[in-house]
Amino acid sequence: MAFLEKNTPPACACESDHDVLRMRLSGDWAISTAAKAETLLEGLKLDPRQQVVIDVCNIGALDTSGAWIIHRLRGLLEFNGSRVSLEGLSEKRQVLFGELEHHHPPVFKPERTRISLVRLLEATGRQVVAIWHDLLSMLHIFGSLGMVLVTVLFQPKRLRGISIAVQFDRSCIGAVPIVTLMSFLIGAIISQQGGFYLKQFGADLYVVDLAGILVLREIGVILTAIMVAGRSGSAFTAEIGAMRMREEVDALHVIGLSVTEVLVLPRILALMLALPILTFLSDMASLAGSGLVAWAYLDIPPAAFLARLQEAITMQTLMVGLVKAPFMALIVGLIACVEGLKVEGSADSLGRQTTMSVVKAIFLVIVVDGLFAIFFAAIGV
Amino acid sequence: MIDTQEEQMARAGDHNSEHAENVLSVRGVTVGFGSKVILDKLDLDVRRGEVLGFVGGSGTGKSVLMRTILGLTPRRSGTVEVFGHDLDRSSEAERKMVERRWGVLFQQGALFSSLTVKQNIQVPMREHLDLSPKLMDELATLKLELVGLPQDAADKFPSELSGGMIKRASLARALALDPDLVFLDEPTSGLDPIGAAAFDQLIANLRETLGLTVYMVTHDLDSLHSICDRIAVLGEKRVLVIGTIDDMMKNDHPWVVSYFRGERALRRI
Repeated sequence: MAFLEKNTPPACACESDHDVLRMRLSGDWAISTAAKAETLLEGLKLDPRQQVVIDVCNIGALDTSGAWIIHRLRGLLEFNGSRVSLEGLSEKRQVLFGELEHHHPPVFKPERTRISLVRLLEATGRQVVAIWHDLLSMLHIFGSLGMVLVTVLFQPKRLRGISIAVQFDRSCIGAVPIVTLMSFLIGAIISQQGGFYLKQFGADLYVVDLAGILVLREIGVILTAIMVAGRSGSAFTAEIGAMRMREEVDALHVIGLSVTEVLVLPRILALMLALPILTFLSDMASLAGSGLVAWAYLDIPPAAFLARLQEAITMQTLMVGLVKAPFMALIVGLIACVEGLKVEGSADSLGRQTTMSVVKAIFLVIVVDGLFAIFFAAIGV
Repeated sequence: MIDTQEEQMARAGDHNSEHAENVLSVRGVTVGFGSKVILDKLDLDVRRGEVLGFVGGSGTGKSVLMRTILGLTPRRSGTVEVFGHDLDRSSEAERKMVERRWGVLFQQGALFSSLTVKQNIQVPMREHLDLSPKLMDELATLKLELVGLPQDAADKFPSELSGGMIKRASLARALALDPDLVFLDEPTSGLDPIGAAAFDQLIANLRETLGLTVYMVTHDLDSLHSICDRIAVLGEKRVLVIGTIDDMMKNDHPWVVSYFRGERALRRI
């Protein structure tokens, strides 16, 4: 009876008789009219010395919301010192009001957020602590990964071949089309942009050096790692996170399986196998793209492109790029799994951790690439 | 308010005699997935103010029927009328009106995990009505206490609640708009017997005071005995039998016999 399709607005008629105030309530007092009822009663000015009789016998529809508003008025009046009585209650409604009398909601406090320096400092402090905890949990997973790897060395049966194959299929073979397409385009763009400027100095042919070294040493591996972080890293976080939400991870613990062995190791191993392969494919696709643009835009025929390429780069150039790939894969995989295991019960936290996983992975991929650049410069490669 | 059998009979009789208005009527509904037909030309009526208990073996389609009525699962044929509106043919405004007048308690609670319990209860109020924050807070707390949750549960997130508390919080959300019709999917499963009895009592109270109509999928024999006016049995892809608990006890369909007069059912007496 609460949500009537047509309702009459609530009304209140007051008549004062000596020191007794009689309030006749009529209309519907239901949740659909609750806003009106509330403003209606707020507008009343009542003398606290009067005795008040609230007459409810003419009320049409009444539900818990309406009853609550009346009950609240009664409480307020009594608090101000009036004597209040309810009249005209049917038996059913008496039960309803009786039920309400057991409840005392806490005093309403509007929510307020204050902006202050202390709060800012507190938030920063919390962030720092969170970063420290992240580092610890990454080390934790890394350590348990090491333990599991050692066990696997002695008991090769515990290496989950099928699981690794499935993950490899998803993160490597599934990623080939998009990675090669993207790399092809990037190679073409580098060639075109480089050619545009080098042409002015008549140094068209150096486009080959530019594209070859840039792509093989840096761009190929970074782009692939970023792509894989977005593609497979987010998937790992979401999978493990959803498993945590549905207590599947706890079930693994209870059955006596190691989460690192069952969930983390196959994913990270698959990714460490996948990334060098993807990087190599990406390198080839970029060179193809750049060669094509060199031919079409700079009139360097493929034969000349290849000849120049052989002079410009060595096997070492390719290896510098490829050697980084497993490390990038390890970082992306570790972060994805750590963030996945941090997911708590809510959908909100799943989304947040997936975002964090991708953001952190991409950031660290670039940082590590910088560290490698310093390292290679130091050893003179 | 656990009624005696006689009172229940009388109440069910009342409903029969006054030719009570149907709040919900399902006609010839067929639902299937792929080649498997779950419900075949099913008919069902729910009368105003009654508590209808719905039973059936696992996997017979009790939840599917509820989801079909709510419009969540597509059906192959048939009509569903809620409050006299055919939801397929009604306008957007009519549909909205119907949605305001029903409340649903899902089997797993289905609370929004990123909102606190209080915010969960306030979601329907915020969406459909324009109430002051103060009133919304008070009503949310009131609903919370009505379903037997302590006030300090208001600011907790669903992931911090126990299974029984999730059931109650979800019922509080279903009752947020003081609906006319509530759908309960196994409301007492996962509650302790005391909690389950309090839940039954609450449903009975709400029905008495607010004229609530309840559509309840349940396996709880105690609920079926204590608060249900009528019981419908789902089997063989349709409503097998429908009637009072006494009709069920007298029925001699093998499934009904083993359900209501089986070993477990008799042991409770």
